[in-house]
Amino acid sequence: MYELDYLDQLESEAIHIFREVAGQFERPALLFSGGKDSITLVHLALKAFRPGKFPFPLVHIDTGHNFPEALAFRDQLAAQIDEKLIVRNVGDTIKAKGLTEPKGKFASRNALQTFTLLDTIEEFEFDACIGGARRDEEKARAKERIFSVRDEFGQWDPKRQRPELWNTYNGKISKGENVRVFPISNWTELDIWNYIRRENIELPSIYFAHEREVLQHEGQLVAISDFITLEPGDSVVTKTVRYRTVGDMTCTAAVESAASDIDGIIKEIIATKTSERGETRIDDRVSEAAMEDRKKNGYF
Amino acid sequence: MDILRFITAGSVDDGKSTLIGRLLYDSKSIMIDQLEAIEKQTKNKEEGEIDLALLTDGLRAEREQGITIDVAYKYFSTPKRKFIIADAPGHIQYTRNMVTGASNANLIIILIDARTGVVEQTRRHSIIASLLGLRHVVVAVNKMDLVDNSQDVFNNIVIDYANLAKSLGLEDVTYIPISALKGDNIVDKSTDITWYEGPALLDVLENVQVQHDIDLQHARFPVQYVIRPQTENLHDYRGYAGKLVSGVYKKGDTVTVLPSGITSTISAIEVTGKEVEEAFAPQSIILHLADDIDISRGDVIVKSNDLPQVEQELEVLLCWMDSKPLAAGKKYLLQLNSAVVKSVVKEIEYKIDVNTLERLPAPEQAGLNDIVKAVIKTARPLVFDQYKKLKVNGGAILIDETSHVTVGACMIQ
Repeated sequence: MYELDYLDQLESEAIHIFREVAGQFERPALLFSGGKDSITLVHLALKAFRPGKFPFPLVHIDTGHNFPEALAFRDQLAAQIDEKLIVRNVGDTIKAKGLTEPKGKFASRNALQTFTLLDTIEEFEFDACIGGARRDEEKARAKERIFSVRDEFGQWDPKRQRPELWNTYNGKISKGENVRVFPISNWTELDIWNYIRRENIELPSIYFAHEREVLQHEGQLVAISDFITLEPGDSVVTKTVRYRTVGDMTCTAAVESAASDIDGIIKEIIATKTSERGETRIDDRVSEAAMEDRKKNGYF
Repeated sequence: MDILRFITAGSVDDGKSTLIGRLLYDSKSIMIDQLEAIEKQTKNKEEGEIDLALLTDGLRAEREQGITIDVAYKYFSTPKRKFIIADAPGHIQYTRNMVTGASNANLIIILIDARTGVVEQTRRHSIIASLLGLRHVVVAVNKMDLVDNSQDVFNNIVIDYANLAKSLGLEDVTYIPISALKGDNIVDKSTDITWYEGPALLDVLENVQVQHDIDLQHARFPVQYVIRPQTENLHDYRGYAGKLVSGVYKKGDTVTVLPSGITSTISAIEVTGKEVEEAFAPQSIILHLADDIDISRGDVIVKSNDLPQVEQELEVLLCWMDSKPLAAGKKYLLQLNSAVVKSVVKEIEYKIDVNTLERLPAPEQAGLNDIVKAVIKTARPLVFDQYKKLKVNGGAILIDETSHVTVGACMIQ
């Protein structure tokens, strides 16, 4: 009779982690991009802290290459729950620091995002950044602790991770260091979708089937935008698509789908034979250890 | 549907990673792109065979050296359950990582190579499982194909292990003959091991009862955070937020706040924004009390008719996890749930031989991966239960005050 469903267990664990952050840190932040995982985080934070205010602002590191639908949703949700939203732009960092923009067909600002993130952490002296990363996404992330300590350069050292025992999280750090906290570490893509369905969580429209002009490139469908360069011979078509993840328009691919509601999406996720990042993230294909290398440099 | 968290243990070449790879593969939890990636990396293998072990080694250094360095977490689910696998390294020098993985597991799979039987590593992992209070053990006798699927070989290992389990007090032990490489008795029943009539491994994992492992008798509520909106319409709102680690609370229950000892009554309980009549572990909740008392993070709210211990001196079994040795007289921070107190290790009483469970004379220092019995004194009274009685309120960590690293795992005796 006193039994908790798996989604309730995951939810309770995430709320517990949120409250540990509130109890242990002085200046935390919640990294919020307007994607499904960070939207789920916001809903879990509401459950952890309402009727009180969040003990942290929402922070978005905007690469300037985001989907307009996700940005609009980001602003709307922050306003609706009346919490503070801080936005820092990668474009500003590029100018201020004289960084070199990557070149090529899908010139992504993904790696440059780390510079802005680390600057923002320094600017606000954030000691903890809560993020929506999940261990099922990628093999380097499968190795990461829920409280992941980063040094003063924002670096992750997988060989020096703290043991994490029982449900006890050690958030003690020295000045300059910070902790990345992942409350939904133990959730899978399907868990997220099942939770979104159960909780009736609203999402940006790009998660649902819609018509879009896309470039077909090596089996992936990349949205036509000002941020990618078209060449003669490129195959541009209009297709009915949806997104499984929301990153930059330059490195996130769409999937062909007619799923216009959450039930339809869940059916497709259960049937799919490709992983979320494998199907849609061009940035992970750079090398075998692309994610590990980015994280060692301070990527979230 | 519920969740089963389990850990795999065994010697280096017993096939742990292959077993996990097989579980994921045969339960169709591996995606095509992930398979393609490991196919590319599979070297020196017969054609058509892929190295499933590569699925779990996520770090560059692990793939380069072909060993598991740190715990990786893997996920799969069946219509019955969601599974969280802690894939812990088998090497002795990574005992601390095994302790990490085992600390919140419901079940441990101990792999035994059918050709070698119960070895030192089997004993060591079983001892750690018993020290950590893991309730369910599955002994998977692997590589049965290499001993001609012999029933005698299997039976002898069962007899050997049953003796060990008895001496360690491990009660719920299931034995399964498997071949991780071939997939025998992993997800589906083997057609080659004809004499075996028990269930396949996945069947055991799907059906082991873990709901009863949550203690509903002793109610413990460590306060994590106090919610006080102080707005006009919520002027008097004061909610104590935290996770109910064990037990059941009902509106109207008489409670005691520890360590202060002040009593009050539960006036309201909220679970994810809704008011409820009762709440139970492991729900994250907000409690309201009838009286206005000073309560902050680190305090524990318990039912007045069932109190935990409140003391400043504790006897602990301690797994040392740092390369800098532990010596008596050293000071550390001790964290138990949300309470963090200064502490000093007063005495190391003896060391436990993790191969035999024998007590060795007290060493001057405890080194990395040592398990010792020690006496710890805390600067303020600590609210705890014996680990054996109530894991969720008896397991604490030690933190180095200057490096801030987690250096020890304590099981309070």
